[in-house]
Amino acid sequence: MAYGPHTTEDRARMLAAIGVDSIDALFADIPASLRSSKLNLPPPESESELSVRLETMAGRNRVDLISFLGAGAYRHFTPAVVDQLLLRGEFYTAYTPYQPEISQGTLQTIYEYQSMMAELTGLDVVSASHYDGATATAEAALMTCRATHRERVLVSHSVHPHYRETIQTYFAGAALAADEIPLVAGGPADGTTDLAALERLLADADRPVAGVVVANPSFLGLLEPMAEIGKLAHASGALFVAVVEPVSLAVLATPGEYGADIAAGDGQPLGIPLSYGGPYLGILACRDALVRGIPGRLVGMTTDVDGRRAFVMTLRAREQDIRREKAASNICTNQALCALAASIYLGAMGPHGLRDVAALGAARAAELEAALAAAGAPRLHPGPYLNEFTVRVPDAASVHARLIGRGILAGLPVARIMPGEPSLADALLVCATEITTSAEIAAFGAALHEELAGGVR
Amino acid sequence: MTVAGDRLGPTLFERSRPGRGGGKVPHPPKDALARIPGEYLRATGARLPEVSEPELTRHYVNLSQLNYAVDTGFYPLGSCTMKYNPKIDEWAARLNGFAALHPLAPDELAQGTLQLLWELEASLAEIGGMKAVTLQPAAGAQGELTGMLMVKAYHRHRGDTERTEVLVPDSSHGTNPATASMAGFKTVTIPSAADGGVDVQAFRAALGPRTAAIMITNPSTVGLFESRLCELLDAVHEVGALAYMDGANLNAIMGRFKPGEAGFDVMHINVHKTFSTPHGGGGPGAGPVGVGEKLLPFLPSPRVLREPDGRFRLEVPGERPDSIGRVRAFAGNTGVLVRAYAYIRAHGGLGLCEVSDDAVLAANYLKGRVADILDVPFARLCMHEFVASAATLKSATGIRTLDVAKRLIDYGFHPPTIYFPLTVEEALLIEPTETESLETLDAFVEALRCIVAEAHTDPDLLHSAPHDSPVRRLDETTAARQPNLRWRAMTGSQMPCPD
Repeated sequence: MAYGPHTTEDRARMLAAIGVDSIDALFADIPASLRSSKLNLPPPESESELSVRLETMAGRNRVDLISFLGAGAYRHFTPAVVDQLLLRGEFYTAYTPYQPEISQGTLQTIYEYQSMMAELTGLDVVSASHYDGATATAEAALMTCRATHRERVLVSHSVHPHYRETIQTYFAGAALAADEIPLVAGGPADGTTDLAALERLLADADRPVAGVVVANPSFLGLLEPMAEIGKLAHASGALFVAVVEPVSLAVLATPGEYGADIAAGDGQPLGIPLSYGGPYLGILACRDALVRGIPGRLVGMTTDVDGRRAFVMTLRAREQDIRREKAASNICTNQALCALAASIYLGAMGPHGLRDVAALGAARAAELEAALAAAGAPRLHPGPYLNEFTVRVPDAASVHARLIGRGILAGLPVARIMPGEPSLADALLVCATEITTSAEIAAFGAALHEELAGGVR
Repeated sequence: MTVAGDRLGPTLFERSRPGRGGGKVPHPPKDALARIPGEYLRATGARLPEVSEPELTRHYVNLSQLNYAVDTGFYPLGSCTMKYNPKIDEWAARLNGFAALHPLAPDELAQGTLQLLWELEASLAEIGGMKAVTLQPAAGAQGELTGMLMVKAYHRHRGDTERTEVLVPDSSHGTNPATASMAGFKTVTIPSAADGGVDVQAFRAALGPRTAAIMITNPSTVGLFESRLCELLDAVHEVGALAYMDGANLNAIMGRFKPGEAGFDVMHINVHKTFSTPHGGGGPGAGPVGVGEKLLPFLPSPRVLREPDGRFRLEVPGERPDSIGRVRAFAGNTGVLVRAYAYIRAHGGLGLCEVSDDAVLAANYLKGRVADILDVPFARLCMHEFVASAATLKSATGIRTLDVAKRLIDYGFHPPTIYFPLTVEEALLIEPTETESLETLDAFVEALRCIVAEAHTDPDLLHSAPHDSPVRRLDETTAARQPNLRWRAMTGSQMPCPD
């Protein structure tokens, strides 16, 4: 075995101590009729062979293109210190801090994560982590139902389609309803959540609404009228859930400022690699009043018997290992190491650095908007955006495919994940971040211009 | 290996001084945000810590040294399979081709990762004896939810809408009943029999036309193979219900027992246990779910498919209408799955059998030795873990399991899982794993022997343990009554930071 310490003599000694003559005898409890067929797997590989196999497989992915793809997962610069510290075995080979006396490292880092995320969201309580933005959003929606004893939430159509699907999956289990709020079509608010429609949906007295879920920036990159949405939600006794992107919170109004009760989002942009979708970091935050209904671990400050300040998991009566079928959620294993990565990232960046990341992304995005417009691809919606937006490109999917041949990953053809929507059929969703360069933007603009002009193939 | 006791330090917030740190990215133009109307912008800045990189590094390195971890010592936390995490797996997940791949990259750019995921699904299906596997779930508990949502979809699809109950043994992990609730089922708790297995009579009495499924952990949480499994599975299927296997304890049975072959319809696998991806201080893990024929149509979307020409692709939206849908935003905890893939390739089929063999060997060896010191309620051979109990010790000396666990810390060991399963009084659930040497196992036994001797001669030493850890027992009551869950500037004056 590749990582086992036992010699033949060790095994013989253990068998003798147990009093059986073979390892097979240890499995005597498995009924003969249930003994399995042989494991039909490839033979073992030495570390040197395995490393070549893995490098070859990794090499079959193409990560060398100039990329403008975001849509819920973002390329950012990660300071070297983040991964160096993350590789401390004392962090990554420990488990949930059940024994606080020998887990103060993990516990204090979680407390600091909760504190930093509270600063970013403007809310009081932050869970130690959830799986990703989609599951954190689904848990937030479930929280609103438990808190209000109502069985229906409203989710804006401009929330990430994969998040909306995840909410539907979770809600199907719980036999709760998640209905969509349509978007404004045309005019200055084109593509944002339709407030008049929201008001109508909230007015249905037979189907009271537990929570209203809206993303800012939206999936389409637009900034939403969050304060107004919050007022409408609260006027009907519903809670307001904001789906957020954490880097943007360095500059954009916070859930706390615009009156959200719960914030959910994905912490991946905070120093966590793209890794084809995970592991990421589900952020879940809420107001103090909801603390006993929030799912997931919470770490609090306390003292030990000698009066020394220390940290411990707390309010455990919400959790599955204590409350079983009455728990707030079934979550156990979370994404603690990703929360640690986010904390180190925020520590390395500092408040001004994080603001620079957000503002530089915004500046690059404006540059990108101008370059694409000049190439013949104007923005699809007129409203304000931060660093991600849609442009209109006739036959977007095939233009996108041809640009790959030119070494450019031209964002996301929106119809790929939101099919059947005429207003978005020609949309490309593109984003810029602080690592997008002017040269890359110019290359994209030039290539798109040639494609749209029917030029060089 | 005890953890250092003199490194408690200030929070990152207390280390902060205005003007320190930053400088990692260029400054943006001054007017970068001018195009965004003021009402959309943050009114006051986030009060994040400002520290220099040297301070940041010392902060986290010093904090890391307050942790006990697999890399520093023996961590026999039952049910959690705290085995050694191979370093090549960390290296593999960080290869740029894997780490920098965007989850929405077109399939043609993602062939390496898609192939890896497809091969990993096939390997896990083989290990579990299942028809197919989804890699989407982020953790065991999410795997359970995924499995139970498929169970629900299966019954609903057949128009069988009266099945509202899920049977769960009282020795199960708390996630099982919590999952059943999340999936909209009512939990019916089945008591354990005296031998640690499911009480078949009680089980038969609870089973009926309302039963949607039974969730069984096998080997069970007391570390025993469920000896009446054939009978249980037959009875479940006879009434038209499905059988879910909690695969948390798969580390015991690779190559010996395939749940799918035995008749389980669905199971989850904790790759952070059996396949040695690190536990990360609480996560991330991954919780792939295997299914048999009946649940195949309901697997979450998108699945990874291999085309006849050998290319790999993800399903497109709506391709498999009976799917329960997505359980998360993207394909899975891929970075974790790369580690699991590397682990499986390093071992091959024979190596994985040997993993289980050695895990069971170590557990039985340790059980035999611990039986001289503490109660061991189930005398028969165990699988990869076993339950001990301090019940006799408690009646003789007043020393509880908690005291024994805390004193183990002074001897340099991470305590086992305590007070679980709930069915055994003063329980210690001990899982040595296959990567601990005989010397380590023997040293642990000696520590337990000393502690039990101390319980008779100097019980106060145990009541007040641990003594050599960075902090001692904590005031958990105040932590819960007056929760302090985030740093505020005034917290510092209320509770001075340690020197």
